[in-house]
Amino acid sequence: MTSHLFSTSTNGETHPLTYRLREDRGYVGLEEFQQKDGYEALRNTLRDLSPDDLIENMKTANLRGRGGGGFSAGTKWSLTARGDEHPRGYIVCNADEMEPGTFKDRMLMQEIPHLLIEGMILAGYANNARMGYIFLRGEYVLAAERIEQALAEAREAGILGPKVCGSDFDFDIFLHTGAGRYICGEETALINSLEGRRANPRSKPPFPGQSGAWGKPTVVNNVETLCNVPAIALRGGEWYQGLSGGRSEDGGTKLFGVSGRVKRPGLVEQPMGITGAELLEMAGGMRDGLELKTWLPGGGSTGFLLPEHLEVPLEFDAIGKAGSRLGTGLMTVVAHNQSVVSLTRNLEEFFARESCGWCTPCRDGLPWSVKILRAIERGEGEEGDIDMLVALANDIGPGKTFCAHAPGAAMPLETAIKHFRQEFEAGIRHQKREAHAEPIPVGSV
Amino acid sequence: MTMDTPATGNTRVSKASQGNLIASAGRPDDFELTEEERFEIEHEMGHYENPRAASIGALKTVQKRRGWVSDGAIIAISDVLGIPSSDVEGVATFYSLIFRQPVGRHVILICDSSSCFLTGYDELRDALSDELGIGLGQTTGDDRFTLLPVCCLGACDRAPALMINEDLHGPLEPGEVSALLERYT
Repeated sequence: MTSHLFSTSTNGETHPLTYRLREDRGYVGLEEFQQKDGYEALRNTLRDLSPDDLIENMKTANLRGRGGGGFSAGTKWSLTARGDEHPRGYIVCNADEMEPGTFKDRMLMQEIPHLLIEGMILAGYANNARMGYIFLRGEYVLAAERIEQALAEAREAGILGPKVCGSDFDFDIFLHTGAGRYICGEETALINSLEGRRANPRSKPPFPGQSGAWGKPTVVNNVETLCNVPAIALRGGEWYQGLSGGRSEDGGTKLFGVSGRVKRPGLVEQPMGITGAELLEMAGGMRDGLELKTWLPGGGSTGFLLPEHLEVPLEFDAIGKAGSRLGTGLMTVVAHNQSVVSLTRNLEEFFARESCGWCTPCRDGLPWSVKILRAIERGEGEEGDIDMLVALANDIGPGKTFCAHAPGAAMPLETAIKHFRQEFEAGIRHQKREAHAEPIPVGSV
Repeated sequence: MTMDTPATGNTRVSKASQGNLIASAGRPDDFELTEEERFEIEHEMGHYENPRAASIGALKTVQKRRGWVSDGAIIAISDVLGIPSSDVEGVATFYSLIFRQPVGRHVILICDSSSCFLTGYDELRDALSDELGIGLGQTTGDDRFTLLPVCCLGACDRAPALMINEDLHGPLEPGEVSALLERYT
């Protein structure tokens, strides 16, 4: 049970995330991982590099957060409180993969969890952390088994625990499995959940790098982000930045993917800046008889793009300029015969259900949008409904709530209306205004 | 999976609690953690700075063996962790995979997110509902299946997908539902 890969390579210089994957796509155990240079970056770094050197390398690499936020990982690390005057904190791996349309971290954790462990130990070293937690969604049962197996192997080999690889650095990692709720993927809500609380987000500042889990400096990074760290430590930030050579300022490669109404959904590691057109072709194109209508570039909280945007480089800035977000970089492909109103209703139902309820615009605004969308879907929308949806999208946008859940929900809503307004208008029941002017008989309501 | 008799405080007053009302005060059912459960929870507590962090793990420990989390389990867990039972209840009701009422022997989590929606979620859900005679959030009369919606399962390349207990299935055609369910007795 593994994801289809469009292409593979055993070249670590070009495919740092996937070159060690097995042909049978089984678990890469400690021995095999080490035969393929595994933990070499960790040993070299502990021997030759200071934490500051590693952070500089990360900044040069320009590795932008692969969970969808796109914030520079090196910058995040450089802002972490880590001097002698600060307590040693935590590295938390965000493995709560639940963004609609996203299935990349599952593959990394099922097949090559040692890569994640190596990345986390390096992150711990750079940020002076005492311990790491992998916050894994509860449904990823096989990933949990493989991570536990890899953790045990690493402890047994002296790679985790006191004196990592014989150095003076102590670090251990625990697997923490969740119990549902998309909001746990928001980094401050994740910290609350890790502490055993309801997963409501926290106000920022203070940022987790200053005060996170149990008030200690905490770095929260996505699985794929952390999996990139060993190669950066081994081959250098400049090499990593150059991987996307000429195509994008964003450094490195990324796991891209395609799902939806295509012939062959799957994943592929490609340089930042590849286009949607190239990915769509790798996925075998649209299923027979279908034409592309619209697509989401990186999950349910990204904005709809049109076929003409297939040539835009898949990188954070270019996709932003096109009116969407790169998000997780796994595109969801929508065919010509799909109602965009229905799909938007499905997306907003998701966000309404998954709202944690902490902020009023999100808790009340999202179900309201669902109610209107359902009416329009039935052809029972009323005059003013589209304007109301636009106003709602604005009222739940950035800065109105503690976290990015509601702004994420607003993005597909407002871009659906922007690109497909005529479909929404078709769901409005046009009543003549004067009908309302008729006197209402007493007792009829 | 072992199952408790579905029990609520109002419907199941055992002989033991009738005989000893004081001991059972505040305990809506006669719930005791097993040694194994207590050990597992205390072990989990050791992984964190604060025992509260083990609350989700403790709820999952109980649910793994009993299928769901009763009122008594909430109180017993709060005793072990040393936090108010209202806090444990707050956590239990927040997380969608913690069940505060009895569920069937097999729990079906059907993904209703975008990629599955685009590739046949509605038809798959209807086929399940027809086959089982229940809607989302319900349990069959014979306590065999509970049907629940779930966030994107991260199996979009196998959409439409669902999980039954710990098994992932997909892509599924509506016509395959009947044979699939036969495998879970």
